[in-house]
Amino acid sequence: MSLAQSSAILPERGGVRGSLSDTVWRKPTLLLLLMLAPPVLWLGIVYLGSLFALLLQSFFSIDEFSGLINREFTFKTYGELLRPSNIDIIVRTVSMAAMVTLAAAVVAFPIAYFAARYARGKWKALFYLGVMLPLWSSYLVKVYAWKLILAKEGILTWLFAKLHLTWLIEAWLSLPIVGGNSLSVSFTGTFVVFVYVWLPFMILPVQAALERVPQNLVEASSDLGATPAQTFRNVLFPLALPGIVAGSIFTFSLTLGDYIIPQIVGTSHLFIGQAVYAHQGTAGNIPLAAAFTVVPIVVMGFYLWGAKRMGAFNAL
Amino acid sequence: MRSDRSSAPLGLKIAAAAGLAFLHLPLLLIFVYAFTTEERSYQWPPPGLTLQWFAVTWNRPDVWQALGLSLKVAAISTVIAMILGTLCAAAVSRTKFFGRETISLLVILPIALPGIITGIALRSAFNLADIPFSTWTIILGHATFCVVVVYNNAVARFRRVSGSLVEASMDLGADGFQTFRHVILPNIGTALVAGGMLAFALSFDEVIVTTFTAGQQQTLPIWMLEELVRPRQRPVTNVVAMVVVLVTLLPILAAYYLTRDGDQIAGSGK
Amino acid sequence: MTTAVAFEKISRHFGTVKAVDAVDLDIREGEFFAMLGPSGSGKTTCLRLIAGFERPTAGRLSIFGERAEDVPPYRRNVNTVFQDYALFPHLNVTDNVAYGLMVKGVAKEERRRAADAALELVKLPGYGARRPGQLSGGQRQRVALARALVNRPKVLLLDEPLGALDLKLRENMQEELKALQKSLGITFVFVTHDQGEALSMADRIAVFDHGKVKQVGTPEEIYKTPNSRFVADFVGSSNVLPPDFVERHVGEKRWASLRPESVRLVAEGPGAIAATVISSAYLGGTTRLGLDVEGHRINAVLPAGEPCPADGKPVHISFARDDLHLMDEAG
Repeated sequence: MSLAQSSAILPERGGVRGSLSDTVWRKPTLLLLLMLAPPVLWLGIVYLGSLFALLLQSFFSIDEFSGLINREFTFKTYGELLRPSNIDIIVRTVSMAAMVTLAAAVVAFPIAYFAARYARGKWKALFYLGVMLPLWSSYLVKVYAWKLILAKEGILTWLFAKLHLTWLIEAWLSLPIVGGNSLSVSFTGTFVVFVYVWLPFMILPVQAALERVPQNLVEASSDLGATPAQTFRNVLFPLALPGIVAGSIFTFSLTLGDYIIPQIVGTSHLFIGQAVYAHQGTAGNIPLAAAFTVVPIVVMGFYLWGAKRMGAFNAL
Repeated sequence: MRSDRSSAPLGLKIAAAAGLAFLHLPLLLIFVYAFTTEERSYQWPPPGLTLQWFAVTWNRPDVWQALGLSLKVAAISTVIAMILGTLCAAAVSRTKFFGRETISLLVILPIALPGIITGIALRSAFNLADIPFSTWTIILGHATFCVVVVYNNAVARFRRVSGSLVEASMDLGADGFQTFRHVILPNIGTALVAGGMLAFALSFDEVIVTTFTAGQQQTLPIWMLEELVRPRQRPVTNVVAMVVVLVTLLPILAAYYLTRDGDQIAGSGK
Repeated sequence: MTTAVAFEKISRHFGTVKAVDAVDLDIREGEFFAMLGPSGSGKTTCLRLIAGFERPTAGRLSIFGERAEDVPPYRRNVNTVFQDYALFPHLNVTDNVAYGLMVKGVAKEERRRAADAALELVKLPGYGARRPGQLSGGQRQRVALARALVNRPKVLLLDEPLGALDLKLRENMQEELKALQKSLGITFVFVTHDQGEALSMADRIAVFDHGKVKQVGTPEEIYKTPNSRFVADFVGSSNVLPPDFVERHVGEKRWASLRPESVRLVAEGPGAIAATVISSAYLGGTTRLGLDVEGHRINAVLPAGEPCPADGKPVHISFARDDLHLMDEAG
């Protein structure tokens, strides 16, 4: 190979392309700005702008006689929000979200644990798909499936009858609060559907967190004389906790804002989402609806702040 | 791969299997109901099986219209989300700059906050700005929460494509455009397509935000919601539900295979 | 002799961090030049400045007499072998090697031929159809080398070229790189933290510390006559002697360096210095003794076969005045 080439510095390429390329190399910040501008402008204007509009509306009020929105700054709507009936709605929704989160964590953990630690090769792929498919399948279809299952004439009643356990359902339904006419119009039904629909959102981050625990930590723990239960409590669980918290961001947030599940499978007692929907829709009371949405925003704000401190964002 | 030397305890196996069954059996049930002869209730077991509801559904113009709108919205939203998500991921993963975390948070926020907030926020903004409902108001909302899906896929891949590849390309005489075309695009392409597929599935299925931004228009999920709240012809709903499951299945499987193979390619660089 | 790369008061600061600070450097055409230093000493940043991945915050950079600060990497006829090789995972070996020619618009047939010739040069003929993922570490490095050489660069930059290879491979590669450089006559600039590598391969070495060049010279100059404690410490295993010790035995109050092989064990007598053996290590060809001399640690190397005193035993040492190298730093 002959390696004599004339020049160490090649001439400029010229043209728009050449000079643009050179400019971007000389000013890397320019490229960064060019790349960031479209998404930041979109999210900033469309999303944050809308959130701001929403917040603004919560300080408007509705004229009780004309039903028109009075665009003057007032705390009147927030006063309305703090009525006992509305407080009931908030407490009901937040407790449901908490229970759903807890249940989802309990059901998710064995699946995530098995997938992370024992499943190999084909099984691992199968587990992954087994979680991804329900996660991405249609939300409404999933809710619909449970309407079929929980219906009085549905498969669950039939199954319990075959097992001669009909008395069990009846006993459960006769309980206060959790009971009702049938499972599809009880809090129990709402709860089960919530857990079902958000479960994959819990499994994935927990699995990701568990996969990051090096196997030799588990071995070190048992080597130091810990029983499997102690290893779980002192090593695995604390390390999986950021994953659980990351998953709970979804389960908690999604439950707080949902208005379709309690409407289709549930009682006549409202959740926050339903209240928002009702106020902005038929009642036309957008200020109160806006004030209602501030509740989940505030709750989630605290939640995200706490989760960030626990390092849960790395597990997302 | 990490794996315990012993095999899993029986209790764990049962719990994991039960969990997976809990996730999948309800979806399988949908398939059975699509063939039931029962029209008025959700009776189990089905008194008989028939194919007639497929023909009935096929001839329903409202279903076709809703499907058409859903596909259109999903396609346009996906394109917008892919552009915005990729740009954002490229910026965040290439350079360390002040406010990086804030950008990530901004992208995640539309799905981290309950959908109803996004929905009513958009609606109240349209209201304040006197924007009438149209296909574009739906797309505006969908693109916003789809960005994060593309972003997540792209960021993960950008992280794997070692930064020195770009430098190597420039070093060998490729300018910025050539580097993008010959090095960056081939390495992140599959992740982008996968992100796009998931964004499409997400948009195609979305109902919570859409109810606030659609006005009188019906996407397929809104059509289904109507049927759930005020059932007209239950068997048609059953058939649509089954078709929706099958239609969303494809992009998800495709996205899975794309990212799996892609990661092998990108991961072999070192 | 032409200057291939010239640094004139070049600085690269990242905020308050002075990665490279007012460095002057002349790399001559056709030489094998090593930049040696611990991690964070600025040697890699200097390499990246030559390649064009970084821009100097101050100073003048010329490549073969032409100013280069404002020239992007793709307009510099300079190529790099990356530490992690940075092979394109989506291209096979031939396409990797031919990449530089491809973006310059060379016809397909011609770039194929050039790529094959380059692979021949690095002793990987017939590997063209493989993917980088199917190659071993040593093979990947050869591909990276071929990919850079195929462009006939005026300067070839190598970033820790042997760092990722195991010992035996590394020794082979050292010889090969040196032979390649001699036969091609290209200026090679390589970065390393391994002083043995720098000494055995380079024509000249620049020793870096804290963003500054401490000394530039041939391997022999650097090894025998280090100009500072840092260089003496970092290059080889010289004994660094403090000013008070040097003053007592030589008369000048200066820091000095003394190579272990210059220290001899002698019988008690005039000029002999009392010492105590504190450790000994058998190294095959030689034995290394650790000695305590007047509270200072001094290493000595005994040829094999010489009787080795046991640990704790008092001995006497001496050295020739000429072997003691006084350094610029005063006491």
